[in-house]
Amino acid sequence: MQHTLEEFIRALRAVDVRVSPAEAIDAARACAVVGYADRTLFKDALCVSLAKSPDEVVRFDATFETFFTRERLSTAPPEAGERQGEDDSDPSQSDAGAEASPLAQMLLKGDAAGLAQAMEEAAQRAGVAEIRLSTQRSRMTRRLLDEMGLAEIEQIIAAARRQVEGRGLAERLDARRKALVAEAQAFVDRQHSLYAAGSAKALREEMLAKKALNADGGIDPVDLAMMQALVRKMAKRLADRYSRRRRVANRGHLDVRKTLRKSMAHGGVPFEIEWKRKKIDKPSIVAICDVSKSVAAAAQFLLTFLYSLNEVVDRMDAFAFSGRLIPVNDILDDYGVENAILKVLQTIGFQQTDYGRALEDFCEQHLDRLDRHTTVIFLGDGRSNFAEPRLDLMHQIQQRSRAVIWLNPEPESYWAQGDSVMHRYERFCHVAKHCNTLGQLERIVEDVLRTYVPH
Amino acid sequence: MTISGTAARDASAANPLSSVDALIAGLGSVDYIASRRIATALYMAVNLQKPVLVEGSAGVGKTELALSTARLLGLPLIRMQCYEGLDESKALYEWKYGKQLLYTQILKDRMGETLADAATMDDAMDRLHGMGDLFFSEPFLEPRPLMRALKEDGGCVLLIDEIDKSDEAFEAFLLEVLSAYQVSIPELGVVVAKTPPLVFLTSNNVRDLGDALKRRCLHLHIPLPEAALEEKIVATRVPDIEATLTRELVAFVQTLRTLDLRKSPSISETVDWARALVLLHAASLDPALVRDTLNVILKFEQDIVAVEPQIVELLARR
Repeated sequence: MQHTLEEFIRALRAVDVRVSPAEAIDAARACAVVGYADRTLFKDALCVSLAKSPDEVVRFDATFETFFTRERLSTAPPEAGERQGEDDSDPSQSDAGAEASPLAQMLLKGDAAGLAQAMEEAAQRAGVAEIRLSTQRSRMTRRLLDEMGLAEIEQIIAAARRQVEGRGLAERLDARRKALVAEAQAFVDRQHSLYAAGSAKALREEMLAKKALNADGGIDPVDLAMMQALVRKMAKRLADRYSRRRRVANRGHLDVRKTLRKSMAHGGVPFEIEWKRKKIDKPSIVAICDVSKSVAAAAQFLLTFLYSLNEVVDRMDAFAFSGRLIPVNDILDDYGVENAILKVLQTIGFQQTDYGRALEDFCEQHLDRLDRHTTVIFLGDGRSNFAEPRLDLMHQIQQRSRAVIWLNPEPESYWAQGDSVMHRYERFCHVAKHCNTLGQLERIVEDVLRTYVPH
Repeated sequence: MTISGTAARDASAANPLSSVDALIAGLGSVDYIASRRIATALYMAVNLQKPVLVEGSAGVGKTELALSTARLLGLPLIRMQCYEGLDESKALYEWKYGKQLLYTQILKDRMGETLADAATMDDAMDRLHGMGDLFFSEPFLEPRPLMRALKEDGGCVLLIDEIDKSDEAFEAFLLEVLSAYQVSIPELGVVVAKTPPLVFLTSNNVRDLGDALKRRCLHLHIPLPEAALEEKIVATRVPDIEATLTRELVAFVQTLRTLDLRKSPSISETVDWARALVLLHAASLDPALVRDTLNVILKFEQDIVAVEPQIVELLARR
């Protein structure tokens, strides 16, 4: 049972339920307490010691069912009538060739339990649980069958075929063999879904995190849904890490001044003690996004990201521009981030991108949003269509804010090419980065959050 | 504990901890209707001596589980409410600073007398050393919930409520208490519990808890109950209610949960509503009655506004 439990835990890990060695030991102790007789009790006991969050419970339940459910092998005993007839014809001789092989015996007798056990044992020897890729399935099935001793069966069948009186045996055995092969395939499939399906998803997420956001032809709608989910997951991870308390009482560091002041009331006896405190700002973010075609996808993900961070962000204002600049907070609230970009484009129309004009709009109407706690995040390719870039306004923004970050979907080597004024804006940014994948986006947002947390 | 509670306990199996079924019956006798998974978690917690981390949305009976367990086992319940900024001095122990200060003042006056007959400086110092430990001894120790739970020799139920509200540093501090049932106080040494307390931690998922804490606990997620279980709970909690009303009301609440609301009604709201309806002598649900009492089950104005026009339809749907 010990081995089975270990395999089960491995299956759990494969579906992203994290089980540490200590928890595995706990699970073993839990099994010892409840025993194996009562299936529900056994399952619940394992569940409370292994699954640590609601969605892990869901995954645990699914895995438990797949892992511990064994379909009855369909190599069931042959029908009575058929058997009767054969037994009558030649009871002693028919199984003669098959006696040597235990597998053949089991097949002929239709010993489902014995076969199931033999298959489990063979699977262990063949290492079926090591399966990782769907392409390994047929090879694994073959190896499993070899371990079970299929070669012997084939020899017996071949030998039986050569003799006239062995025909019946050969045919019966051949039919059972086919059934057995089908069983083995199903078994390997189940193992694959247990151990490998989860890792395929992880692989896919890893790939999506590296996918270029401004790829030609846009992002596949199937991928888009998954990427949205991924962004939320990343944001949740960051939010957990940075949602610490805002004020840290620094015990052990006496605030002498305050303590002395308070002791006045008690004739100089320091009756009330004050400790030093540290105050932590919540980040306040202004995001200004270019929503022209080349940057729209990236803008959407940035906004999704920032909006999912609302627990840790004190205040977040979003603006979008192509020709003119408008605040988009209301649109984001009303339409949700997924549909907002389209709505924004309808509102401001498809104009030519004009960075100077957008900066002008921002400085005229929204400059009061910036103070020394604000981080400004620009997202755009810095291609101004040869219009005046208004560097003076950029300078003003830099002066007023805590930090200016520019994210550019284009790689740095393009920054001074053609109509790009990125290299000129760059001078006014604390950070200017090439940012074109979800992975890069996550890293940059984390950097922003980190600057607000003292170390 | 109430008398009826004791009687019920005697009536149920002699030892409620002997099996999961006995535990379900035992909890039932103290008016807590437990699902099998809840009882299993509790059973494992007692047998493995591990804390239980109870998660679930507000009002599904997380805190109630701890209270009922304490009643069932006849143990004292020590409750610690967590909040942002909670630290050791409020959770574990604190030195009675005021008392220490007062004693120093007295001592200052008597110091001259005590040290008068000391021949040398060293002699005086030795005497002072003897007194030094006085201020950091038991009489000056103010035990807080965790310490009291460890010092309870007969065992107790310790409820650490809303652990997710506390901060990470406190969570890390809890690890020693939860895994070894001991704490170290620098001035006194290690305090070990004679009988480990049965610990419940509850969480509303305000933030994800650390893995280190999670792995030391058994995890129990209490979902919103199914109709049959909820009817049983309402019937137990509100004994005066008619069976038909219970059925109607639970069915209505269950349909409400399928809607997209800001806060779905949980068990405690259902029970409150049942109580309200009993007070109003309602025999069955009708749209006017539901409209008047909607604020008992829905706690947000926008939810009420969203549900109100659909009441007739929702009542018909079940």
